Amino acid sequence: MALTTAPGAAVGGPPTDLPEPLNARPVPRPGRWLSAAVMLVLAAMVVHALVTNPNFRWDTVWLYLRDVNVVRGVGWTLVLTFGSMAIAVVLAVLLAIMRRSDNPVMRSVSWAYIWFFRGTPIYTQLVFWGLISVLYPRLSLGVPFGPEFFVFDTRDVITAFWAALVGLALNEAAYLAEIVRAGLGSVDPGQAQAARALGMTEPRILRRIVLPQAMRVIVPPTGNETISMLKTTSLVVAVPFTLEITYATSAIGTRTFQPIPLLIVAALWYLLITSVLMVGQYYVERYYGRGFDGGATGGRRGGPGGRLSRQAAIRGAGTTKDDPFAEVTP
Amino acid sequence: MTTTTTPMVEARDVHKVFGHGEGALHVLRGVDLVVPKGSVTVVLGPSGSGKSTLLRCLNELEQITAGSVHVDGELLGYRHDAKGLLHRLHPRKIAAQRSRIGMVFQRFHLFGHMTALENVAEAPVQVRGLSKAAARARAAELLERVGLSDRVDHYPAQLSGGQQQRVAIARALAMDPELMLFDEPTSALDPELVGEVLAVMQDLARSGMTMVVVTHEIGFAREVADHVVFMDDGVVVEQGPPAQVLDAPSEPRLREFLAHVL
Repeated sequence: MALTTAPGAAVGGPPTDLPEPLNARPVPRPGRWLSAAVMLVLAAMVVHALVTNPNFRWDTVWLYLRDVNVVRGVGWTLVLTFGSMAIAVVLAVLLAIMRRSDNPVMRSVSWAYIWFFRGTPIYTQLVFWGLISVLYPRLSLGVPFGPEFFVFDTRDVITAFWAALVGLALNEAAYLAEIVRAGLGSVDPGQAQAARALGMTEPRILRRIVLPQAMRVIVPPTGNETISMLKTTSLVVAVPFTLEITYATSAIGTRTFQPIPLLIVAALWYLLITSVLMVGQYYVERYYGRGFDGGATGGRRGGPGGRLSRQAAIRGAGTTKDDPFAEVTP
Repeated sequence: MTTTTTPMVEARDVHKVFGHGEGALHVLRGVDLVVPKGSVTVVLGPSGSGKSTLLRCLNELEQITAGSVHVDGELLGYRHDAKGLLHRLHPRKIAAQRSRIGMVFQRFHLFGHMTALENVAEAPVQVRGLSKAAARARAAELLERVGLSDRVDHYPAQLSGGQQQRVAIARALAMDPELMLFDEPTSALDPELVGEVLAVMQDLARSGMTMVVVTHEIGFAREVADHVVFMDDGVVVEQGPPAQVLDAPSEPRLREFLAHVL
């Protein structure tokens, strides 16, 4: 009873009788050579100006690049970046789901949160979290508007580190929520419909079908946000939290009267971490791009690459004629 | 109560209105449909006649505005309490009802991030609680049945339209449905790919599956259908055995439609 298809028509099989390619002189492009030469000279000038200027004090830069306090600062910067992003991602998914809820209270609360945290400066928010123990000296657990069971001193619970971490996370969640919302909206509604027709319940459809496909759209801007967060952590001095890389290096710079080399130290560390993050992002994108033209750039209907691989797939399927010039009929 | 005479589908005076007030669209205007067990019903009609909407009302993808739909004797989407009051069913109950009704879509809607095998094995694991190994073994069987045993690890984007639709049929069959709904299953396919999908459907009909098929394939209706329903403007205009409806239509609207398609 099984239907059998014809064995796959060879894709990229051994070519036979290939014609001699056309042998024509290329169009002369002197402008190309000229512009490349100008660029190379300019680049060489920049490098020369950086390396030969003694005011940069490259020896000092190299010395402090490996300084204990600097490396510890890098550690704290990484903890703040990844910690706040992790909290923010969880919050953002919740906010995005609330934004799509049928419940108007959920929708409004999510909207108001995003409105407030995107609408006020992160620096102001961090100062506020630093002052929270002045505003609310005591925190308690109990019945809302009723009796209290446990009472804490705010300064013991929300230290400078936690104020910095939570401050960064709450702000970032507002931005990420919009990214997640766009991602969820990008998934074809037919996907949820097909899952519904199979008897899957809404929470399961979200977790198994919609979110994994939304990730393809969510990951690239989230990588961007992570790199941005890496630099935003330098603002936690507003709390004040003083152990991360920017404050650590500038403190050394002030003490040794060499601010410039220590700014460069911090910049080099930021560059290095960003480079590592970019590599990580590539692999995460590749994972969530699976099934979609096998590419990190995705885009089912996008680009000539997509069309070519769709064409290859259709020919590989072996159900159509093996015509190398056949076009996809969309 | 004799279960043998209970029809698989019994839709009574089904109405569907989209929207409210001025812009409201009355898409179904009192449709009756009875589908006996083990039979194949083909629904024909011009686009906008409400045939796809009717199909989607048979598995609660659309909520009907008035009337009733029974599937295998069970009221869809609602229950009557002891006093005879009507209650909407909990979404989990509705999902359970849907799990017994397979549906195949015009645009396949295969899960893009899963391979063919994963597509077929997903619902049995998630809905029926089958073990992964058992679901995958059964999925492999079903893919072989639709002639795709050499494509199990392909992603939907790597399959032709006809192959995607056959995976979609296998995916629906994995839930062991008692009823299969087909919403224009070949309309999005290149002409040379239509045959492979129709062959699988014909095979399924021969195995005794109860099927409701919305299609423009008159040849399929003539060959496979036990019953043909012609809809226009939200009502059933004419219905009967294919020989009568397709070869000796009495309604002028049906005659006009057939003249255009044939």
